[in-house]
Amino acid sequence: MDDRLNQLRGPAKAKRHNARTIAALTGNPGCSRRAVLDAAGVDKVKLGEQLGFPGSFGQSRFALSRGNAFEAMLKADDCELLRSVLGASSSLAYQDLGASSVDDRHAQTVKAIAGARAALIDHPLLTLDVAGQTVYLEPDLVAYANQGRLQVVEIKSFAIVDDQADSAKVSAAAVQAAVYVLALRELLTRLGQDPMLVSHEVVLVCPENFSLSPKAVVLDVRKQLSTLRRQLSRLSSVSSLIAELPDFVSFDVTLEPAALVEALGHIEPRYAPECLSACELSVYCRHEAAGGTAVLGRTVREALGGIESVDEVLALAEGRQAPTEDQAESAALLQAALRLRNEALY
Amino acid sequence: MSTLTALARAQALVAGRAQPIATVRHLHVQDHPLVLIPLAMAGEANAPLAAMVGASHKAPRLLVVTQPRDRDLRFAFFAELAEELLPYLESFATESEDVPIDRGKDVRQRYLDAPQIWVPNPGGIDFLRMLGRSTRFRTVDGEYPVPIGVPLLGRWLTFLAGTAEIPGSSLLLNAVQALGLHWATGQSATEDAQFGTQLAWIESGAAEAREAENGPVAGPATDPEFDNKVLAPLIERSAPELPDVLRELLLPTWDRMWRTLDLLRGLPAGERVSLRWDSDRDAYTAFAQYIAEGGAPQPRRDGAVAAAARLQRLENAASRYAVQRAFDDPLVLAEYRLSGAAFAGVVTLANPNRVDDSGKRPVLRPRIMVHTTEPVRMEPGTSLTSPSRTAQKARVVSVTPAGDGVDVLLELSGGMGRKLVAEPGSVPEVGERLILTTLSEAFRPGGAFPEPAETPWTHGGPPAPPADVTAAPEAAASGEADQ
Repeated sequence: MDDRLNQLRGPAKAKRHNARTIAALTGNPGCSRRAVLDAAGVDKVKLGEQLGFPGSFGQSRFALSRGNAFEAMLKADDCELLRSVLGASSSLAYQDLGASSVDDRHAQTVKAIAGARAALIDHPLLTLDVAGQTVYLEPDLVAYANQGRLQVVEIKSFAIVDDQADSAKVSAAAVQAAVYVLALRELLTRLGQDPMLVSHEVVLVCPENFSLSPKAVVLDVRKQLSTLRRQLSRLSSVSSLIAELPDFVSFDVTLEPAALVEALGHIEPRYAPECLSACELSVYCRHEAAGGTAVLGRTVREALGGIESVDEVLALAEGRQAPTEDQAESAALLQAALRLRNEALY
Repeated sequence: MSTLTALARAQALVAGRAQPIATVRHLHVQDHPLVLIPLAMAGEANAPLAAMVGASHKAPRLLVVTQPRDRDLRFAFFAELAEELLPYLESFATESEDVPIDRGKDVRQRYLDAPQIWVPNPGGIDFLRMLGRSTRFRTVDGEYPVPIGVPLLGRWLTFLAGTAEIPGSSLLLNAVQALGLHWATGQSATEDAQFGTQLAWIESGAAEAREAENGPVAGPATDPEFDNKVLAPLIERSAPELPDVLRELLLPTWDRMWRTLDLLRGLPAGERVSLRWDSDRDAYTAFAQYIAEGGAPQPRRDGAVAAAARLQRLENAASRYAVQRAFDDPLVLAEYRLSGAAFAGVVTLANPNRVDDSGKRPVLRPRIMVHTTEPVRMEPGTSLTSPSRTAQKARVVSVTPAGDGVDVLLELSGGMGRKLVAEPGSVPEVGERLILTTLSEAFRPGGAFPEPAETPWTHGGPPAPPADVTAAPEAAASGEADQ
């Protein structure tokens, strides 16, 4: 299986999953294309560029440096500020696993978490089972072990002003934190401990108002956890998808665009406009989906009775095409809509 | 998303051009609007990078913070913005008119005109709201003094951002939503949020829209690529050409803003748009007077009573706006016909002088029969209104199948004069085409709320004295790093 994945990717180095990619994957669980490409660790940015449909997925240096500055400030002087905002005692042990090599980081993480009664564990390396594949997560987080309970602490640099923050950013942070909670619980299960020791309440540490002083808020991620679990289970097993692919299929980003287009044709995408902000290959998929009602967005597609192509929508509305039994109701509604539009406009 | 609008999107995609979804303009366009394009510094909490502002297409003024992390430069920017905005905002507080209130027993004043500010997108409005929040509590003296116009600017921006939440208000508008109210493009709503592509769909077509996708952003967020490759090096070496680079970046959006205004002016205004502008002028008048009397900054959070009252005002405004739009615009009304909340038909019988004398006093209750082929989902007893006679109620008496549709028997009341004989033209005649809907413009009485001091314990009890809620300056709350 791993050989086949390496073959699919070609000689390039594999891209690792992180909480953000898992969140994106579960955001569109029906997309087999993304599931396969991510499993094989294909660099989708390069793939998009090679196809002639580059996306822009950079992060601003200013945002990065502000985030880093905020984190550094919290962790300075043996995490003095972080401890105070968490209400943790100053005698609590602090262990940073980020410095060690990747190979023994996971082993160290296991050791640290297995024995942790009271500690702040920074940069652990976790694993999660995604679509039949074990993926490594390098979360930028602190696991806060206190009295036998483990809590995920996420440091984010968006501001909380008057107890309110950008809802999109908060929900993205909550989904990411839920991925970590899930991974920690899997780890405890493997260690033979009670997974429920990992709290479903995560701590979000953000700058308050327009200053850099930190504020900690507790988020309940039970809802995100159950969504995540459901969608991870729904992710069609990648191995069976890969087994169905013909042997010659490869996503080596050095191949000719035409060969890549042909290869991509073997795995079904599910494009939605939301992909544009979540998937590096989305611009290509949008091009490919041209003429379909999917490019107009899910709500529009539903309002059009779920009919696949825009041409068919208009043909049904204008009565140029006889509807099938399933389409009868939608067709009647579309015809009424067209009649009303024409009456008001002309 | 209604099927009607969804169909328009499908038509737009096939035609390669945006399609109209309104036949009239549903918002007021001021003769002298002010356009403001804010640009934010990535990563910082609502820190401005630049703004292009002005009340004339030919004379944009560019304000730039050359070192966005420098607090003094940031407040100098706020002061400059205040210099641009405050005179404009205050310039309409001159001539006023008398408005009768309390059934003509009293009058109140209303300024004849009001300001109107345009930003490119909803993000721009959020940015201004936060800008208002970060400046309105500042003081011009004390430990962290700020230039004199800054706290006042904060109050005005807070007020304007508040009105932008009211459906149908036209004091602070954004181009993306204004265009989206009148045209459907052949792309998704997510992509419409990019002002350049949305306008290109309307002005030129699909190909140009794709082209515009890679063009400069309309703010307030900048493109990360631009940040890394262009902006960061310029800021690092304090380059003198920074303002020119930002001007280049903002000018295309500036032109698009004014083209948007021209496009909207090209549509005839809906009949009830001026009624909503009256409400806007009322709100402006009240706030200008509050400021003139040295009004305190708005609190960080509304108290329980104020929040409940505000929510109700918003709900009333939303339903009033929905009804007015439907009555002003047959294409909007068509959505209600499609969903069964309205139908169109022809009057086949009319008894205009029918008098109901079963009660204590005889009353005029004409009856009409309307034949329609559209589905009628109203039960007998339902009150309907026709957009052409909004003062008149039509009660459904019966719905009976007839020919290829149904006959609806209606009993009319109101809007026919005070006599027992209907005023000429007030009762629909045989052959007239009518649209009848369950929507109604009827006045909704406001709810009764307790005095703030009587706030029940279920809602947190009476709030703390106002001095604690409003006057605490940010500087005192968060120390030196208050920015």
